[in-house]
Amino acid sequence: MIPLSWYLLLGAFLFACGVTGFLIKRNIITLFMSIELMLNGVNLSFIAFATSLGTLDGHIFVFFVMVVAAAEAAAGLAIIISVYRTRETLNVDRVNLLKL
Amino acid sequence: MHLYLFLLFGAICAGGAVNLLIQRKAINSALSLIVVMGSLAVIYMMLGAEFVAVVQVIIYAGAIMVLFIFVIMLLNAGEEEPSKGSTVAKIVGIPGLFACVIVVVKLWLQQRPGERLIPIGAMYGPADQVGMMLFTKYLLAFEVTSILVLIAIMGAVVLARRSNS
Repeated sequence: MIPLSWYLLLGAFLFACGVTGFLIKRNIITLFMSIELMLNGVNLSFIAFATSLGTLDGHIFVFFVMVVAAAEAAAGLAIIISVYRTRETLNVDRVNLLKL
Repeated sequence: MHLYLFLLFGAICAGGAVNLLIQRKAINSALSLIVVMGSLAVIYMMLGAEFVAVVQVIIYAGAIMVLFIFVIMLLNAGEEEPSKGSTVAKIVGIPGLFACVIVVVKLWLQQRPGERLIPIGAMYGPADQVGMMLFTKYLLAFEVTSILVLIAIMGAVVLARRSNS
């Protein structure tokens, strides 16, 4: 018997770690991984609420979040490869020009 | 038993998330993210979400993280360069962080009369029920998502292509 708030606290902690990583990291790949961490924290809240309320709708939402995360990873990593090809760097501080 | 399992895997999960922030090399961060996702799959299983737990391992820990590690190795991402921290972040951020932690802990410790306790095996989300719901109630969202995935595939092919060829 675990209170609902413990799951929500863990989800909030994961989300906070993701936000922190997004703000303090400078490697563009690590920034993407921080976004995935945020999505995972939200997914945990969805599943905890779904189990608490006794409906399956939260599971469907998590499924859609996963699909969007997969699409985002595919397009985003292609952008990262494209950025690396033109700038020869992964540091986001150095990617500061729209046009070379 | 349930409580110990939750505490164990919750601690692994939180430790992996913190390790992702501490590590300076991208590959170490990716491996700790896989640890987070694996332990989250166990927590989903404890919550009765069988389908989501399996999909979490296959799609997240499998497909997406393999893609990340593939790109890290392809681009030879090494250690990130250290930067000098901004003074505004130190002045505002650290007291702000403590204030947020205090507010969250205070809210958490307050009396919650109607809080639900989730026993193990409270409900199950097997694949057949989730699939039935996906193809009846959420059919439109499912079809729109397929278009999104198609656009993502085409975008990845176009963006990763060499421009001179």
